[in-house]
Amino acid sequence: MRIKEVYIDNSATTRPYPEVISEMSRVMDEEYGNPSSLHRRGSEGERILNTSRQVLADILGVKNNEVIFTSGGTESNNLAILGIARRNRRRGNHLVTTAIEHSSVLQAFNQLEKEGFEVTYLVPEKNGVIDPQKAVEALTSRTILVSIMHVNNEIGSIQPISRISKMLKAKNPAVIFHVDAVQSFTKFSLSPQQQGIDLLSMSAHKFHGPKGVGTLYIKDGIHLEPLNWGGGHEKGLRPGTENTPGIAGMALAAKISTADRRENMEKMNSLKEKLISSILTEHPWAQLNGPLEEEGAPHIFNISFPGLKGEIILHALEEYFIYVSTGSSCHSSAKEPSHVLRALGLNEEATEGAIRFSLSHLNTEEEMDYAASKINSVIAELANFHKITT
Amino acid sequence: MKRIYLDHGATTPMKEDVLEAMLPYLKEIHGNPSSVHSFGREARKALDEAREKVATALGASPEEIIFTSGGSESDNLAIQGVSNALYTKGKHIITSSIEHHAVMDTVNYLGQICFDITFLPVDEFGMVNPDELASEIRDDTILVSIMTANNEIGTIQPIEEIGNICREKGVYFHTDAVQAIGHMPFNLKEQPVDMLSLSAHKFYGPKGIGVLYKRKGIKIRQIFFGGSQEIKLRPGTENLPGIVGLGRAIELAAEDIEEKREGLILLRDRLISKLLEIDSVKLNGHPVKRLPGNVNVSILYVEGESLLLGLDIKGVAVSSGSACTSGSLDPSHVLMAIGLDHQTAHGSLRLTLGRDNTIEDIDYTVDVVKEIVEKLRKMSPVYKK
Ligand SMILES: Cc1ncc(COP(=O)(O)O)c(C=O)c1O
Ligand SMILES: Cc1ncc(COP(=O)(O)O)c(C=O)c1O
Repeated sequence: MRIKEVYIDNSATTRPYPEVISEMSRVMDEEYGNPSSLHRRGSEGERILNTSRQVLADILGVKNNEVIFTSGGTESNNLAILGIARRNRRRGNHLVTTAIEHSSVLQAFNQLEKEGFEVTYLVPEKNGVIDPQKAVEALTSRTILVSIMHVNNEIGSIQPISRISKMLKAKNPAVIFHVDAVQSFTKFSLSPQQQGIDLLSMSAHKFHGPKGVGTLYIKDGIHLEPLNWGGGHEKGLRPGTENTPGIAGMALAAKISTADRRENMEKMNSLKEKLISSILTEHPWAQLNGPLEEEGAPHIFNISFPGLKGEIILHALEEYFIYVSTGSSCHSSAKEPSHVLRALGLNEEATEGAIRFSLSHLNTEEEMDYAASKINSVIAELANFHKITT
Repeated sequence: MKRIYLDHGATTPMKEDVLEAMLPYLKEIHGNPSSVHSFGREARKALDEAREKVATALGASPEEIIFTSGGSESDNLAIQGVSNALYTKGKHIITSSIEHHAVMDTVNYLGQICFDITFLPVDEFGMVNPDELASEIRDDTILVSIMTANNEIGTIQPIEEIGNICREKGVYFHTDAVQAIGHMPFNLKEQPVDMLSLSAHKFYGPKGIGVLYKRKGIKIRQIFFGGSQEIKLRPGTENLPGIVGLGRAIELAAEDIEEKREGLILLRDRLISKLLEIDSVKLNGHPVKRLPGNVNVSILYVEGESLLLGLDIKGVAVSSGSACTSGSLDPSHVLMAIGLDHQTAHGSLRLTLGRDNTIEDIDYTVDVVKEIVEKLRKMSPVYKK
């Protein structure tokens, strides 16, 4: 088989499944009613909302009234963090998060600092993992919210969220625990009830669903202040005519992605192994950032080629139709060095020479063979050109 | 059975052209516009093109167009955006008493956190009086938000006059044009509007995508925080297929807009005059300054909801008020504001026409309404002919 392209930037966004596109087209074409309308067209829309909500609730093992639809991961994170903090301000003004969160979490916390909250930013260990003990030590009696991501979008480190939650709640049972699961939902098995998660964010376009739609799980009994007002949709937490085609597409994508979860994970793991071992064998001077290979998520890893520039590598690979990224897509155009890599204590050379690889179960062995050989030759060429002693 | 859709004010069926325009961005060009590789660049190009189309359609510049998740978010971004940016300058906001919930609930929220809100009354037709507005503007007024056209009764406000007053007094003016855009010509080069909300699904585009137009130099602050998308005012990975669909829909809406409008007005007026032939029926809203597709009548001695369900059984989809409020039992705040009593308000029916409706649809609908009204009134203890 000839390789047309190798898209290994799946943490930025994924290609929607063909089934998802057909389902969305069908809804746009045939079931276009506004779910709030009382006539039959409206009931069709409402049914889409109900069945989609049930699909997502079943995957998480939660009640369907605990699932809220949003416009994506950014809105879910903001609604969770700003919503909890503002609503619960009377209980305390201290919040805890980590230094390696996505910008939609970090910026929300920056905003809360401006509103008078005090925020502790936990710094991970060298492997990109937060020590639960440090999270517990950060807790005070005034802490109302802890927000920690599950899988990091740049380095693939996995936070021990169950353990963290257990330890946090043992010390302060009233503390609310939010998890940004945008990069882990459908890949890892998530069960908010068993894992002690009160709020959980996800975004459809990261698991072969459409862009512009996401979900926030909110445990029954947790109250938050909406970001936007009007209409009474989504339990009054999120106004606006619902994006029914997007929601139907998201539910179907979640169903497909979780149906063969185990196989998908094993496949991505073996693709990852193949790519990493090929690159590091050929270029032992390159370094795997963050978690050890066997500790990290099977779909995201980050390699530095110190002395080279990530952006140059990226464009060179593009010539061979191989698509990667230099970091989080939200930052890559802003040209700032990655806050995640800096939090790991990487030096400037390593930060600038970093490439993020992110896989999907739809990638193939052949693609990895092709990518590995091209990556290796591109790196060799660039290293030679820049006279890097390897 | 014949199925007639007369609820275009709630949402519209998507045009095939629009879906076709979106499909490539679901299939092949699935990149994230923030990615620097060619997938991302292609996506970025489509984003820029759609922005250009919206700007052209509205008579604005591309950098004045902010994509949001819909009309509600646009309204919130405008109002909360100004309140967040200008609260040190003043805390007074003026709006009308017939706004959509996305505006009304937002200013009510601000009212609870120490802003001062003035709700301008409207006359029996639902019109705001510009002189009254002028007299309510104070030194600490930071924003006037008045909708272009009402979603329930279709009344079109004198936006230009209102805008000029705001300009003269140096107050920001936002208008919720969700019901107007795509259905009547609107050029921001000629309109003194600082901010404007629109939503694609009201003009045959996709759901879950909208725009806030923000004139250059107008200061607002964002509601969500995160990436630097949409000039930092609206972070999050862009809903590219939706944006492309919106761009195509607004472009299509502009084609022959005058002819389409006149065609709809003919149908609308036929429907109105035939409904008024029924005993004890009253038109709500303005007779001529109203949306081309909007009909709203009160049919006394019947419950709007029973009528709606009866029509639904006969294949005709209408609304008994604004779709957003029809879940609740309270009569619509709009109908209350134009002075209807509870009973008259409860007997109201909204029929909103669109591009596929025909004279036959109108005549069939009127026949069915007559039939059901007669049946319902026979059961009514209060109705006497
Ligand atoms: C970890 C994480 N959280 C949140 C987001 C934001 O999601 P969205 O782009 O759907 O707003 C992303 C992706 O961009 C992410 O990787
Ligand atoms: C006048 C008006 N404003 C705002 C909205 C909200 O738009 P959306 O449902 O796209 O959020 C609507 C429609 O529901 C409307 O009719």
